Amino acid sequence: MAKTDFGPPDYRQMIPSMVRENYGQWKYHTVPRPGVLQHVSESGAVLTSVRVASPRLVNTDWVRRICDIADRFCDGHVRFTTRHNVEFLVSDTEKVDPLLTCLEEQNYLVGGVGLAISNIVHTQGWIHCKSAVTDASGLVKSIMDRLHEYFTGKKPVPGKLRIAVACCVNMCGACHCSDIAVVGIHRTVPRINHEMVSKSCELPSTVASCPTGAIRPNPKLKSIEINADRCMYCGNCAAVCPAIDVMDPRNDGLSIWVGGKVSNASTPPAFSRLAIPYLPNHPPRWPEVVDAVEHLVEVWRAKARPGERMGQWIERIGWERFFQVTGIPFTDKHVDDFTHATTTFRATTQFRL
Amino acid sequence: MDESKTPLLDELEEGHWPSFVQQLKEAAVKSPAAADLLLQLEKSYQDNTGHWKRGGIVGVRGYGGGVVGRYSAMPEEFPGVKEFHTLRVNEPAGFFYTTEKLRQLCDVWDRYGSGLLNLHGATGDIILLGTTTANLQPCFDALGEIGFDLGGSGSALRTVTCCVGPSRCEHGCIDTMDITQTLTQHFQSEIHRPSFPYKFKVKCSGCPNDCAAASARSDLAIIGLWRDDIRIDQDAVRQYVDAGLDLFQEVLRRCPTWALGWDEKSRQLTLNAEDCVHCMQCINRMPKAIRVGKVRGAALMIGGKAPVVKGAMLGWVLVPFMEMKPPYTEIIELLTKIFDYWGENGKSRERVGELIDRVGMATFLEAVGLKPAPQMVNAPRANPYLFWRPEEVQQNG
Repeated sequence: MAKTDFGPPDYRQMIPSMVRENYGQWKYHTVPRPGVLQHVSESGAVLTSVRVASPRLVNTDWVRRICDIADRFCDGHVRFTTRHNVEFLVSDTEKVDPLLTCLEEQNYLVGGVGLAISNIVHTQGWIHCKSAVTDASGLVKSIMDRLHEYFTGKKPVPGKLRIAVACCVNMCGACHCSDIAVVGIHRTVPRINHEMVSKSCELPSTVASCPTGAIRPNPKLKSIEINADRCMYCGNCAAVCPAIDVMDPRNDGLSIWVGGKVSNASTPPAFSRLAIPYLPNHPPRWPEVVDAVEHLVEVWRAKARPGERMGQWIERIGWERFFQVTGIPFTDKHVDDFTHATTTFRATTQFRL
Repeated sequence: MDESKTPLLDELEEGHWPSFVQQLKEAAVKSPAAADLLLQLEKSYQDNTGHWKRGGIVGVRGYGGGVVGRYSAMPEEFPGVKEFHTLRVNEPAGFFYTTEKLRQLCDVWDRYGSGLLNLHGATGDIILLGTTTANLQPCFDALGEIGFDLGGSGSALRTVTCCVGPSRCEHGCIDTMDITQTLTQHFQSEIHRPSFPYKFKVKCSGCPNDCAAASARSDLAIIGLWRDDIRIDQDAVRQYVDAGLDLFQEVLRRCPTWALGWDEKSRQLTLNAEDCVHCMQCINRMPKAIRVGKVRGAALMIGGKAPVVKGAMLGWVLVPFMEMKPPYTEIIELLTKIFDYWGENGKSRERVGELIDRVGMATFLEAVGLKPAPQMVNAPRANPYLFWRPEEVQQNG
């Protein structure tokens, strides 16, 4: 019998010795150049972290090449960030410049620290997910090919900007609290394979799965039916009943959301809000989406004050001016009609005309 | 030269950003599964839709989760991905590795899988992408030999994840790594054997910057903070000012409670300490001059989640301040009570935040043995529809 329930490798065995020796003793940090952090300990020790972009979907040989670099410069240790970047932690300051040269020679992108656009948090897409409207890896590649100079620091930005991509409204990638989020959406009522429902779906749980109560049993067919007026295409029923198909390649598309964040700095964490309800799903380069994201970044970059994140800038200028300065049309789709809709309606005459 | 079989994906080999297509192609040289994944993906790019079947439960002995079953909907065309299951492997806290450990992982995965992986998945696991049903158990056994266990999937406690915390950050108010490791070890069975109404996520961030996105992405967020005053080094403040920092625009004006001021005469930053809400803004802008306080603990936030089913929620304050010291008995006991109450009362596919929305926060607090506190609300209720318990009123007749 194989052993079970032993848990992951203990981090104490994974951390470099300088981290172990200065654990909890870090005093402050600086950013000597884009993509590089220098942490100084109470003991005077200096740890340099060099952050490198990763495509997230990698192969074992890529991992081994990362390990080769970490063996040469970082005493055989390496870490990853919550946004899929690689971090090389260098204890010997003398080795920082040679590491940067090595990374440049091998075409790694160094960046994503502090006031920059970091790597995009994203989901599996067509690579491995059954409910993906689009391919997250391809979208991320296309967006970051356009925005890479914001990652490397070549183009400075006023504040942090965090982008996330999710292939459907499950939003496995923290899209609901990102400065800019790209989310795959459905726009049509799911199709039901009645014959298959009676064989492979549990009716009560399928009915109960609908957040708007749009599904009711159809006893005649031993199946269910969907009230089209109530359905908002979330796909939750399709997740519990494989006989329901919400995929619609002709109508599925992408939506863009702005102004969310998770940090408590200055303003509380906030949800991303709808900016663009629909753009076409155009692989392999998604030009409409890439243009829209770049446009949002550029308007924010031109108008925001130092330190203002997307949502903080919008809060200052007001949503009415956000739509005006970005040229994005405000439509019926932007007015919430779901569970907490009324909390988003304005109840003051303090607005701009 | 042969015509390419993947003209659309080939376009994604160009450009400055690292290319996942190059990763796929390199893996495809050694792995027939990776080769067919590439071809099926090209087909998706042509058809604008995915080609995976839905459903299919597979696993390893003794566990009810940690493996996501995946089957191609076009197995005749792409036999290499007929079975293409994912293993979720629990990462070490803070995503730290020795290269020795990573190389061992790569060797196992080359032997039993496609050679493709995510570092890391959205929850935090190492995602090993693509193996067959027959290879699952031997792969799991081989992973066990090099010290890697599976993470959570399905209606279970998901892999606990944290920010880098005190290992490499001066803001870490709590030992995020130790807390993560301790909770992970304590709740192994809840991670490996799905027995909850739905998924439950726990994430741990060392300070209110919340780099682990805990309050947005976890049902229980542990966020480090302090209850005494921030520490100011006035010399270092003056260095920032002399170096050109616009103190008014970038620090004073952005303090949510105007707790900070600038005394021009003495060239000192002034602090009205009782107004500070420990938001991190001034510390982030002047990390050399301002530091977190010394009396530290964590705020616990409950109910954070993405939209499915009833809309996205941000975690709500459940415990404004809890000391976080080993062996972390208080939080383990609280989590156990939450699992019990939610397990009893949660409907199928109802996250704990949605349960609270349905039954009311006051009911939930009582059930898990917590007292209401003003930190939990933006403001007290504005409607007069209060509930009174029988023992709080005089009984009639």
